[in-house]
Amino acid sequence: MSKRYLLALYNNFEEAEAVVSELRNTDIKGFSSADDLVVKSPIEHPEVEAFLGEKPVYVQWFTLVGATLGGLLAFSLIAGSQANFYAQMKGGKPIVPLPPDFVLTYEMFILGGVYITVLGFLICAGLPARRSPLYSAKVSEDQIGILVKSEEGSVSRFKDIFTKHKALEIQEEAGR
Amino acid sequence: MGKDIREDIAWAQINRDVLKSLESPRKLYWVIIFAAMLVFSVGVGCEIYQYNTGMGVANLDNPHVWGLYIATFIFWIGMSHSGTLLSAILHLMHADWRKPIYRFAEAMTTFSLMTAGLFVMVHLGRLWQFYYAVPYPNERWTWPNFQSPLLWDAMAIFTYLSSSVIFLYVGMIPDLAICRDHLHPGWRKKLYTLLALGWEGTDRQWRNFRMTYLTVACFLIPLAVSVHSIVASDFAMSQQPGWHVTSFPPYFVAGALYSGCAAIITLFIILRYVFRFEEYMTLPILKKTVRLTFAIAMVWTYLNCIEFASVWYSHDQVAKDVLIQKATGTYAPFWWAMIFCGSVVPFAMMVKKWQTNIPVMFAVSLLLNLGMWLERWMIVSPTFSHGYYPWTWDHNQWPSMIQWGIVFGSFGWFTLLFMVFCKVFPSVSMYEVKEMVYHRSLELKKKELAAKGAN
Repeated sequence: MSKRYLLALYNNFEEAEAVVSELRNTDIKGFSSADDLVVKSPIEHPEVEAFLGEKPVYVQWFTLVGATLGGLLAFSLIAGSQANFYAQMKGGKPIVPLPPDFVLTYEMFILGGVYITVLGFLICAGLPARRSPLYSAKVSEDQIGILVKSEEGSVSRFKDIFTKHKALEIQEEAGR
Repeated sequence: MGKDIREDIAWAQINRDVLKSLESPRKLYWVIIFAAMLVFSVGVGCEIYQYNTGMGVANLDNPHVWGLYIATFIFWIGMSHSGTLLSAILHLMHADWRKPIYRFAEAMTTFSLMTAGLFVMVHLGRLWQFYYAVPYPNERWTWPNFQSPLLWDAMAIFTYLSSSVIFLYVGMIPDLAICRDHLHPGWRKKLYTLLALGWEGTDRQWRNFRMTYLTVACFLIPLAVSVHSIVASDFAMSQQPGWHVTSFPPYFVAGALYSGCAAIITLFIILRYVFRFEEYMTLPILKKTVRLTFAIAMVWTYLNCIEFASVWYSHDQVAKDVLIQKATGTYAPFWWAMIFCGSVVPFAMMVKKWQTNIPVMFAVSLLLNLGMWLERWMIVSPTFSHGYYPWTWDHNQWPSMIQWGIVFGSFGWFTLLFMVFCKVFPSVSMYEVKEMVYHRSLELKKKELAAKGAN
């Protein structure tokens, strides 16, 4: 059966929360609130997570890998070049002196951490991406958008729920 | 104290006000741009002359191998630190009053670092040999000295600059989406569409955004501390009298935060007027920034005293002589001006009435910046005038017009970059101001309900 997308716009978080709660508790054929429901909001709003239910974030794992690799890479590069004592005579001093090497290792630890965190953010947030056809500029202003993916036959049920909760506007688009 | 921001301000109004700043600033904006271009071109002219003629025209000699260039390099590095203070430290402390003003502080960080980077090359003279400071593999197996703080500097500044740019950019993505959605078609809209990366404000995007912002903020704080500690190590790890002091790294970090905060006050006042941000850059926020600056000024004053005391009580006679020479020698007027501007003028910020008096705070912030710039000069030059060797004693050096020209030119360069940024990108974070308004209005509602309940 073909899919359709619906976007309903609301004035505030309370209204959006009521809609999401109803959608999560209603049994609509072929609709899963975990996979087919997206809330779009103009601000970072922890309450959205509260009413959507907890979803995992993996960015911090990218951070761990990036920082560790950055530090290791820096130390191995520096120590590797220092160990080439044909090029640098040490005059009895340690070939690989740890205290000064720690400084550059530390900087690369942070550099790797920051770069890979941002890479992780892009991957986990699905960016860069084409804007979905059902996007309203009002979402970046002051309205909350609820986007659902539904089967053709369930569109009217979604519309009923959205209208019941006083949606400001409902947009519809054929799915891909 | 009044409210940081009105709770009843509409979100759409926030968008309109900030987007308007991208299109129609006051005339003063164009005056500043013109003046900055003029000053910058003087600097460029001086640099071209120095490049063609040689470093002799800078009046740098032996023992004065470092002069205004290095002093100004430290000044610009220092100024970058308050962007991190406002955006990262206050973010972790949940101080939401930072939200309307942190964006321009972050931009200040980026542009002051870019300016500082220029001074490394200007100071070298032989620009084409700059790559020797960069650790990269080469076929001759000649490596830079990894034990040198100068190499640490190159790495730390690169890390700080690139991380700051990333932090600034990532924090701006939701605002770039607002610009994309609400500005008229044209080159700007194309630019915002490209930079917004298709941001739609979905719950998935916000969730990952919050974690990323928090994580990068956590990295930036130790990074900022390390950057200025490393700049301090350029001095402290040498054997020069007056520099070989263990308190230098914290002293530099405190000085950096201090000069950055003073610059934030200056830019706060300018942006507030030029871009009509009176609704967002409010007087209560200015008051909080002023109080923060005063606290840091006192830390800096304390560390100054510690530095003088440790030299005074040591048996290092040469270091002691440098200190005496600073207070009584050729550089004495500048040294005392530094003490006055850095440690005495801040007390004006204790007067409650003045904390929200814009002309007074503008003048005070300029004096603080002058004091902090003098501090850097007073770290660099007097030591060369009184080193270990008697031939250096009383060998004073006055910077040439070329040095002054390049130093002033850097202020033009910074102002130009900063003002262009504020015209092209939103210098007030729209989504975070909305968050601030939202949370403040919730608090207000709770208070009203509680008051009704009590009645």
